[in-house]
Parts: sequence; C-alpha cells; structure tokens
Amino acid sequence: MRRVGSLPTLRDAYDLVVVGAGPAGMAAAAEGSRRGLITLLVDEASGLGGQIWRGLDLSSPSPWVRDGFALRAEVEAAAVDFAPSTSVWHLAPDLHLGLAQGETARLIAARHVILATGSIERPMPVPGWTLPGVMTVGAAQTLLKAQGLLPGGRTILVGSGPLIWQFAAQCLAGGRAPTLFLDTTPRANRRLALRHLAGFATSRYARAGLALVATVRRRVVRVAATEGIAIAREGGELTVAWGRGDARADLVLLHQGVVPNLQLALAAGCAVVWNPARAAFEPRTDDWGRTTVPGIAIAGDAGGIEGAEAAEARGRLAALGVLAAMGAIADGERDRAAQPWRRRLARARSGRAFLDALFLPDRRFRLPEEGTTLCRCEGVTAGAVREAIAAGAHSADRVKAMTRAGMGPCQGRMCLLPVIETLADARRVPPSTLAPWRIRSPVVPLPLAALATLPSAEAAEAAVVGY
Amino acid sequence: MFARQPERVAQPLRFVLDGRDVEGVEGDTVASALLALGVRAFRHHAATGEARGPFCLIGACFECLVEIDGLPGRRACLTTLRAGMRVNLAAMDAGAVITGR
Repeated sequence: MRRVGSLPTLRDAYDLVVVGAGPAGMAAAAEGSRRGLITLLVDEASGLGGQIWRGLDLSSPSPWVRDGFALRAEVEAAAVDFAPSTSVWHLAPDLHLGLAQGETARLIAARHVILATGSIERPMPVPGWTLPGVMTVGAAQTLLKAQGLLPGGRTILVGSGPLIWQFAAQCLAGGRAPTLFLDTTPRANRRLALRHLAGFATSRYARAGLALVATVRRRVVRVAATEGIAIAREGGELTVAWGRGDARADLVLLHQGVVPNLQLALAAGCAVVWNPARAAFEPRTDDWGRTTVPGIAIAGDAGGIEGAEAAEARGRLAALGVLAAMGAIADGERDRAAQPWRRRLARARSGRAFLDALFLPDRRFRLPEEGTTLCRCEGVTAGAVREAIAAGAHSADRVKAMTRAGMGPCQGRMCLLPVIETLADARRVPPSTLAPWRIRSPVVPLPLAALATLPSAEAAEAAVVGY
Repeated sequence: MFARQPERVAQPLRFVLDGRDVEGVEGDTVASALLALGVRAFRHHAATGEARGPFCLIGACFECLVEIDGLPGRRACLTTLRAGMRVNLAAMDAGAVITGR
C-alpha cells in the first residue's frame, strides 16, 4: 500500500477507484489490486477502517476494532494507492472523480468505481437536538474507538437500535455507566419482529446480543417505550424531558439506527428505491453491486444496512464483478471465487430482518413536530416545511427551493429522510412515490483555493459548472 | 464532558486555541481535542445565532466547522491535530463562544 500524501502524486487514471476505506472498501481494494487492477482507495478519515473500525491503523488501536486487523494487513500488503484525508467532491456518470486534500483539488479518471461510503446515523429530530452537548451515539463511539475518550459526566442515551446497547456496554466496561437510557423502541415492534425470530435465533447476533442486553439492563436505568422527548438547556446544563419525567445531563446522546450514505451515488445519478422495512432509500443494485450507472457499483452498508461482515463480502463481490467486466478474469472464475463470499454474506445477513423489524424507529421520532428544527444547517423547522408543502411544494426539490432545507453545508445529508417522510405524511402518499432531491457537485464544500488548483480542462469545467 | 481512559497513553501535543496554549494528545482530531478540553460549542449558526457543537463526528453534519491555521470552515472532526496548530473559534462569528471550561 502506498499512502498518497499529496494529490499530484496520483495517477491520472485508475482501473478501479474505491471510495470509503471501511470493511467493504478495504475488501474491494484488496481483491481488485491482488488480481491486477490499478486501484486507488480514498477516504476522508486519516486512516483505514471506516467508522466501524475507526482508528484501525493507529500505532495502538483500541480493542473494539480487532475484527479489522486481518483486512488491514491484507490492504497494507496490496499494491494499492491509499489517499487518506481526501474528499471526493465530484463523481460524474463518465467516471471522472474530483478529489480534494486540504487546499488542493484534482480530477482523475476511473474505468470502474466502487462506492463503499457506508452509513450515517438516521437523524433524530427532537426538540433541542441542535444544542451543544447533544450528539449522536455514533459520535461518542467514534471518540472511544479512535481517541479513547468516554463520556465523563452525567450522560443520557436516547433512542433505539443495536448500537445504543453496544455503546452502553462499552461505557460500563470503561467504568463510566450512563446515567439513564431512554429507550424509544416502540412496544409494537416486538410483535412485528417475532415472525423473523427463527433467522435471528440461529444468527451470530443472538448470543452476543442477548448477553449484552442482559448486562446493560442489569446496570443501567432504562425507561422503556419512551415518548415525547424534548431537550432544553439552562445555563450550562441540559435537561431531557419525556412523557413521565425529566432528568439533567452534561451530555445527551441520540441514536435511531443507521441509513445508507448515498450522497455520491445520488450525485452520479444512481437510481434508488425506498425500502419500507428500513424506512430509507437504498440504491438499485444487482448481485455484483452494480448500480444503474454503468461502471459504478456500491458495496457495504451504502447498499443497505447489513453490518461489517456482510460489507466485506459485498466488497469482494463488487471487485470480482469489476474484474470480470474488465476481462481480467473469466465469468466462470468470477462465479467460483464469489461462492465462499456469497455463503458468508448469507450467514452475515441472517438475523438482520429481525433487527430491522425490532428497531424500526417510531414514526413520531422520524417526523419532527412543527416547531422542531428539521434542517440543522439552515435552521428550517418542520412547520416551515409543512407550510411549503401546503403551498404546493410536492417534491423534495421543491421543498428545498422554497424553504432552503437541504441547501446548507451538509447538503441534505441530515434532513433528506425527515423531509421525505414529512412530504409523504402531509400528502398522504407512500414515500416510495417520492424521489430524493438532486445532489450536485461539489458534494462537499470546496475551498475556492482548491478549485483554483484544477487545470482548465473540459472535465474540470464540467465538474465545476455542471454537466 | 468526555474523559480520557487512563489505560490509553498518548504523547501530549500543544496547540493554540483562540490565542491560548492548550494541550491535546497524539491521535486526536481537532474535535476530539476540544471536546476533551470541555469545549461544547464550536461556533454560532450564521442565521439563527444559536450555539452549535459537533454532532456526528464522521464528517456528515458539518456542525464542527472551525478555523484552523487561518483556513475557515474546516471540519474539526476530520482534521488530525498537529503540534502548534492554531484553532480559532472566536473567528467564526461575532458572538461569544460557550465552553464548559
């Protein structure tokens, strides 16, 4: 592995560019380069691992990222270029990519692109969710994995999903018990999840998961089926109120599951579909992760949330698909090499349907109340969005144009799903009839100084002024 | 708000926050160093004036934007802390920055 510390040392063109260095991206890059593809792996973080294995290539990685050691060794031994701290701000259907590292930008060409952009936490737009001291559970877990930081004061966990239980257990292991866990999992979900119990009971999630739940239940005060969360700040102190009580905190951590991070896929024009079982958009892909845009595949949680083990398998399969498409291996060889990974994928996926059903967040926490901020960047309330819809904004793009929701620096990463579900609710249509808003380059804000470093070529103009 | 786990030892790194000498550790991002120092609010919202702090820490929410070595609007959560770095919160807006210090 060659670490690319400055963009000018990149090649002009690669056989394969993999975006995202988590399990899926690491596996895709390793598999592709091992079989002869000139491969570039890119990530915004300073090292390998993605979010699940954050801090994987630190000199002393945390014990929580051990599962990533084998893949890290494989990538480090591979003939792959790795560009850390690098943002991909442009991906065109002609497979030109715009990269940025600090104050420099660069355009490169790819014959194939695998997007392994992972997931982001589903926003939990409750009153007060923009206050300093209110963060996501995933954010706090990132601090634990990469920097060895644990919440120090009074910490209240709010929400639902496997990650919140896991993080509570990690806090206990570090001797910092959370003060309170306001569990928003709706009771009705249990019944809905039961029909998937068989797949779960035999899955690797069952034993580890149940032990973890037992530990947390024994040692953390938990309020089940909490409703009506509101966070306020008085002086230096946060207060969390729920239907039947309130409590003070130094830190409030929100979480209600994770959803695919599709920003680049949407910018490139990849088709997505609404998955009602997970209340999220997912890209339309085939068995090899290929999207509706020729040359662009998606692997890992960006293709639908399945976890790290499935992500590695998906990364391998996407790379095998690329290898066959380029003629580097025959279709027969591709299919043979894919078999063990398809088996691992099936094993890793068993139990997911149960988790999806059990932890589908309550609609009341997906649809913000009128006065609650829906778009954090532009400070747009759910009420303002509903007014725009009532005034005729019948698509996400129209809501964006009328309210500015989705126009801030995060470019709608946080507020797309609440906007879609608010639209569906107000118009009484299923979300599957609605499309995400259009995402345009640059998909991350780019300093003008960086743009100025681009050579004045046709592809550069297309990237900057649209195509 | 956040405490370093004692078993994790790391080299201290000195940097400058709003003109004052402060300390983080090797392996910190700018965001983790500030959070470990007890800083909660990193900036004020340009339109509403509300105090805002880091939210997702994975580069998606753009809430942790600060000025680093003279460059405004950097994502503190994606920027590796280096010795001697100059981080400015006050420069981001006119209002006072709320900290837990």
